[in-house]
This record gives sequence, C-alpha cells and structure tokens, in this order.
Amino acid sequence: MRKHIFKCVILTLGIAAILGISFVYPENQGSEPVKEENKSSENTTTDIQVPPPPFSEDIFPCSECHGDMELNTQRRELDAHEDIVLKHDEENRWCLDCHDAKNRDMLHLADGRLVDFRESYKLCGQCHGPKLRDWRKGVHGRRTGSWNGQKKYLLCAHCHNPHSPRFKKIKPEPPPVKPGSLR
Amino acid sequence: MINMKEKEPENKENKKNKLTRRNFLKAAAAASALVTLGACSKTSMEEFLQGHFKTLTKKDLKRVLERLEAEYSKKYGKKFSVSAKPPIDGTEFGYALDISRCIGCRRCVYGCADENNQSRDPQIHWIQVLEMEKEKGIDFVHSNLYYNHDQVPFEGHFYLPVACQQCKNPPCVRVCPVEATWQERDGIVVVDYNWCIGCRCCMAACPYGARHFNWGEPTIPAEKVNPKTHFLGNRPRMKGVVEKCTFCIQRVREGLYPKCVEVCPVGARKFGNLLDPESEIRYILENKRVLVLKEELNTQPKFFYFFAT
Repeated sequence: MRKHIFKCVILTLGIAAILGISFVYPENQGSEPVKEENKSSENTTTDIQVPPPPFSEDIFPCSECHGDMELNTQRRELDAHEDIVLKHDEENRWCLDCHDAKNRDMLHLADGRLVDFRESYKLCGQCHGPKLRDWRKGVHGRRTGSWNGQKKYLLCAHCHNPHSPRFKKIKPEPPPVKPGSLR
Repeated sequence: MINMKEKEPENKENKKNKLTRRNFLKAAAAASALVTLGACSKTSMEEFLQGHFKTLTKKDLKRVLERLEAEYSKKYGKKFSVSAKPPIDGTEFGYALDISRCIGCRRCVYGCADENNQSRDPQIHWIQVLEMEKEKGIDFVHSNLYYNHDQVPFEGHFYLPVACQQCKNPPCVRVCPVEATWQERDGIVVVDYNWCIGCRCCMAACPYGARHFNWGEPTIPAEKVNPKTHFLGNRPRMKGVVEKCTFCIQRVREGLYPKCVEVCPVGARKFGNLLDPESEIRYILENKRVLVLKEELNTQPKFFYFFAT
C-alpha cells in the first residue's frame, strides 16, 4: 500500500513539473523576440546590417567643407581630392552622378532619391543588378559570422574602391615546400 | 552439459600442471607484454588501450578528452580544449568555390594551417592551390602548385584550390583496413588519429590528393598553435598518421564558417547546409553553373566549383 502511495506522489509531482515547465517555457523564449526587434530596426535604418562605410580619415561629413562652398556642377578637373582617380566608367560619369550636389552627406540614385552611405549598395545595384542579387543571398562577397545564424555582410565599398572598383593585384603567400626538400 | 562442466576443471588442472611448449610460450608472451606495458608511462598505456572513437562510452570519451587536454596543455603551455561535439541534426555540409573570383593568393592555405594545427616542419598543407592556363582549362597534368609570382592573378592564368572534396561516396573510407576514417552524419569525413595505423591506403584511394601523411614528428610553434580543437579535427597529430580537411569541424559544428571562407579576401569561398533550402550553398546549386572534379569517378563530391560571372 505504501508503495502505491509513493508511486502516486511521484506521478503527480512529475505531471506538475511538466505542466510547470510548459507554462514557464513560453516566457523564457528570449531569443525569438530579440530577433524580431533586430529585423525591425534593420528596416528602419538600413535594409541589411553592415559595418560603417570605409571613409578616408577626417573626410566625413562632407558638408563640413562643402557646406560653405559655392555649388559648381560643371564637369571639370578638381583642385581637391587628388587621391581619387576615377576609373569607373569615367568617360560617362563624374562625382555628382553618385554624390548629391545639394545634400553633400548623401548619395543619390538615378531618379534623384537620396541614399545614405550605409546603403550605398542600392546605388551600386542600379548598374550591377545581378551582383546585388547575389550579394543579398550571400553569394557575392565575403561572409563571416555564422552559417546558420547571424551573417556579417560588408558593403561593396569595403572591398571595391568605388572610384576604381577592379581588384588590385596582390602578393601571394609563399609556395609550398616541394616534397624533395622535405626532411 | 552437466558432464562437461564436471570434466572441465579436471582438464584445466591437467593442462596447468603440464609444462607444455604451448603453455610456456603463452606465459612468456604474457610476461613480456606486462613488462613492456609496465615500462610505459601511464599516459601512453592509456593511449595504447584507447578504443575506437565510435566504440567509446560517454564516460570513456570524457576521460580520453581530459587526458588529451592535459597532454596538449602541458606540451604547448596553454589551455587546450578538445571537443567531441556530435553533428547538428538536419545538417549536411556543402562547399562551393567561385573559380571566376579566386586570385591564387594562398591566404586560405595558411589560414587553414593556422586554424587546423598543421605541421610547419615537415610542412603539411590541406589546401593546394593549382595554377592553370586559361587556354587549357581545367587540366591537372599541366597545373602548377609551386607558382611563385610577385603578384597574382598572373596574366593568362586561373586558380583552382583543391582540398578534401568531402565525397558522399568516399573511396578513402572504403579502403581503410581498420575503419579509422569514416563519414559522419553531417557528411564530414573524419579520421581517428589514435586508430590510424599509417598504411596510407586512403591516400592511394583519394583521387584528389587531399590526404596528407605525417612523415615526421609534426612541429607547431607554441605561440602559433590553436588550442580550440575537436577530437576528429584539428587536435595536434602525431608522427605516422594521415590527416585531411574536415570543413573545420571544430568551427562548423559551433555554427561558424570554416576558416578558409572567412580569410578569403575576394569572397570566393561559400559554405552552408545542403538540407536548408534558404542557404547560400543551395542558391548556388540552383542558380549557378557548377561542376565537381573528376565526376566520372562517382565519388559524388560535396565540394562544388562554380562561375558566378
């Protein structure tokens, strides 16, 4: 008889524990809502989370210098920014085709809509559509982070100099030791 | 039955008392084995008696991992972790490499060696970058592993990095006489270095030259050694065993990308779960022109090459 009572007590305790867990569990699913929040914040600022754009030192915001300058939209050789050599369809384009003349701290699309530097991929994607599509999928460009979780993206400009986007040649690491010279 | 049982002790006693040639040899062998084992240190005896990875009980495995951690920590003077994390359910790993992007810079080769504790001397590289002529196309016979230009990519050439292709039908596994190498549930072909007898049959069977043998005692400078290891992957190896790429098992089972994916400066390397329709790797297989090496051998590699442009 005692044994039976003991069993019953254990059974009820077990059921209570399971019920308790199932009641508590929904509140403990902390990771899901956080993800949602991340998504919504992504939508408000930028479409895809990327590190800050790779500006040259002390160059941004552009309006700091350009704010007081008189606007000259004439295509010409500049007296400033000597470090920039345009090699990106330079026959047909120049600065103000991408940089906005009125709002110096922004870029603009072909239809005039302003684009933040943090979303410059939208500007690049106007001509390089298939590349943008691949990039969004994670197939173009370098991915770091987690293959089954948060992936870290880079802007086009992190790898390609937007003024001269073709990759420069680099020095390779040394060749392997030939088997003959292995000890 | 009863009769047999009664007879047995008699027989045994008779045999015991007789000093036959057979009994003498048995005793001599047992004695010499005891002497040899006794002469070994405790660690090497445990290593000698260690079972195959797949036969280890949870308790045994824990003991083995702790022993290895202590051994490596002592040898390299830093705290080691040796994991035996099992495959993640619902994963089968696949890899894709964009031949149109690779510039042959060999960053992956050395990134891999650092991550996976490959011997520096004698040198072992799991990734081999082959330089090929654009005019000839993929042509292993005329490819060059030892190119040494000042700058890459070299005019008129393209690059084809080759490592373990993680075949679905791996010839290396089939030929191993001691089952020291096998395919895990997530598709990674692994080696139990303690079980490998160094016969190199798997190296002969691999059509990609992806397996490498420790001809000498591997050496890694202590400051270069990576202390975050997996039993079936990048833990330090010993002389006389075969090793190979494991898709960075110590990283991918934690959800991270393999090291080569992260160090490639042009983003030519792609990795993901073949069973996940939303993964990068599935997008490539479904939307790009892909090829596998030596398809005619029916090894069914899970390492794909593609042209994104």
